[in-house]
Amino acid sequence: MKRDIWEEKIKTCKERDFKFTTVSGLPVKALYTPDDLKDFDYDRDLGYPGEFPFVRGVYTNMYRGRLWTMRQFSGFGTPRDTNKRYKYLLKHGQTGLSVAFDFPTLYGRDSDDPFSRGEVGKCGVAIDTLRDMEILFDGIPLEQISTSMTINPPAAMLLAMYLVVGEKQGVPKKVLTGTIQNDMLKEYQAQKTWIYPPEPSMRIITDIMAYCAEKVPKWNTISISGYHIREAGSTALQELAFTLKNGFTYVEYGIRAGLSVDKFAPRLSFFFNSHLDFFEEIAKYRAARRIWARLMQDKYNAQNPRSYLMRFHTQTAGCTLTAQQPENNIMRTAFQALAAVLGGTQSLHTNSMDETYALPTEKAVKIALRTQQLIAYETGVPNTIDPLGGSYYVEKLTNELEKGAYEYFEKIDKLGGVVKAIEKGFFQKEISRSAYEYQKKLERKEKYHVGVNIFEEDEKPDIEILKIPKEVERAQIKAVKKVRRERNNRKVKEALKDLRKAAASGENLMPRILECVRVYATLGEMCNTLKEEFGEYHEPIIF
Amino acid sequence: MGRKIRVLVGKPGLDGHDRGAKVVAAALRDAGMEVIYTGLHQTCESIVEAAIQEDVDIIGLSILSGAHMTLFPRVLELLKKKRATDIIVIGGGIIPADDMKRLEKKGVKKLFGPGTPTAEIVAWIKENAAARAKKESRRKVSKRTKKKTSKKSKKKSGKRK
Repeated sequence: MKRDIWEEKIKTCKERDFKFTTVSGLPVKALYTPDDLKDFDYDRDLGYPGEFPFVRGVYTNMYRGRLWTMRQFSGFGTPRDTNKRYKYLLKHGQTGLSVAFDFPTLYGRDSDDPFSRGEVGKCGVAIDTLRDMEILFDGIPLEQISTSMTINPPAAMLLAMYLVVGEKQGVPKKVLTGTIQNDMLKEYQAQKTWIYPPEPSMRIITDIMAYCAEKVPKWNTISISGYHIREAGSTALQELAFTLKNGFTYVEYGIRAGLSVDKFAPRLSFFFNSHLDFFEEIAKYRAARRIWARLMQDKYNAQNPRSYLMRFHTQTAGCTLTAQQPENNIMRTAFQALAAVLGGTQSLHTNSMDETYALPTEKAVKIALRTQQLIAYETGVPNTIDPLGGSYYVEKLTNELEKGAYEYFEKIDKLGGVVKAIEKGFFQKEISRSAYEYQKKLERKEKYHVGVNIFEEDEKPDIEILKIPKEVERAQIKAVKKVRRERNNRKVKEALKDLRKAAASGENLMPRILECVRVYATLGEMCNTLKEEFGEYHEPIIF
Repeated sequence: MGRKIRVLVGKPGLDGHDRGAKVVAAALRDAGMEVIYTGLHQTCESIVEAAIQEDVDIIGLSILSGAHMTLFPRVLELLKKKRATDIIVIGGGIIPADDMKRLEKKGVKKLFGPGTPTAEIVAWIKENAAARAKKESRRKVSKRTKKKTSKKSKKKSGKRK
């Protein structure tokens, strides 16, 4: 047997002084062989693209039919500034929009709220009222573009604004395509933007699912996001396990709210990170598809095959970018983007090299977009489906990640489910432990980061940085005050009163929110109205 | 100095990215310091209040949202108002080099960029907090002598006079 000979030989080979593990710490063997896949059954465990259990991709011909949607997450300054950037990106071949909101908007606060000081237009675009949304999409035909909005606690309000902008452009709701992130569970676990406690947040989400299933059928109502869990420091396995478990929790809440699973599940989509470990990332996406398909069928009794499809957007890992030698970030992003494509993503956002300093400049964001275009048009990678399928290593890793995810599911179930586990700080503790361990690995040089702990240079980087001028805040405060002055305040008061009543009675909130938006109620007014009914969330402090 | 170095790690503003703050907090604790972590979404007022109440040597602020040019100076201003400028303010986060220079001019003692090893932060704090501790012992002496004479004014201006 040749294997014996090889095994004897490799024992005598000198190895580099390095711990061979994935970024997440899973051990990596020198070689993978058919022995690693002894019980592997092609039809059961892999199947064909577009066929159960969808490991090889959710669509029959994948990128040979249509490339992934190229999005760059963008937003800064006033709606007018961002509108200009969108037109720039669309001109350079971007195929979908992805709106980044500033912190006050993410928290449902107006630009003139005292807590918004210093934050307006900084990390994204400021949206206070429908007027801002009209400017944001001015001259952008909503029937031709799919828009993803990274918004969570006030997702219902921003979606309502988008729908009304569509109305004003003459685009019916049933034609609009896009996504709201609307994933509150991961907010409590990782990204930490919240307004209300978990239970009312879940109610708002099921209201959105119910409303969209009827009125906005092509809208993705939740983008279940592992991205932020990973950025907060989790391992790939934790990202996979927590994200999928969150996904199933939305399914359970939907069913409990009386919705038919096949009516809302096809509109749930996912959002993953693409980190540094090439093969581990690819295996993560493949495992996620198999877990979702199997449990949706076996546990949640979905009948519609579309309910089994785990479609996902990917963003390259912002947390892996370095302030040192920032140009290297272009290469990091390219490898991560390639992993996402090999993993079968439906949509991709590549980070810009300057993001460890500020929001990207036009030049940096164009390089990031070109990175995707190079993969799509020059590498040949999208020409065959799941080219790593059958790789002993990738299949083994896929199996290991799947197994690890099921172990986490059990642990979370024992804690009483996701919401209970959040209240107990389970996810928060797991994630910050992993973040700290990763940092220690870097400092012990068990993991390398070029420019940070190996091949360091003293030179200060010299790259252009985007600056958000102070005038943005002043202009935005002026704009929201002007809207308050010019609108019909009696109508606003009535609409807010109706919203509060709906919150108390359990009636679906979406139609009431739409009413508020139409009469130019501000985001802060709507969110505060619900706060009176639902209360506010306070996090247990854990580090 | 006889007691542990006390550090308050604070997250002012609306920014929810607390990975860096928590990693640093854990590293400082492992290095034998007493660490108070404020949790998210704190106002500058509440951070300064807590720092004074806990009698910390250092306030470490972490800001990623871009609001650093508003929030850092605000903390410094409040410390001045409360006559607690002996508390050293340091920080980290996503802060462009130009802004770092300007903030250091305004009185932020040290800013650590992304990728800084935690050991470097620990070493800096040990060195600089020691200098403060010496000053503090002088301050404490004067505090003790004042205590007898002016209880009223002490009440008025808070714990740290």
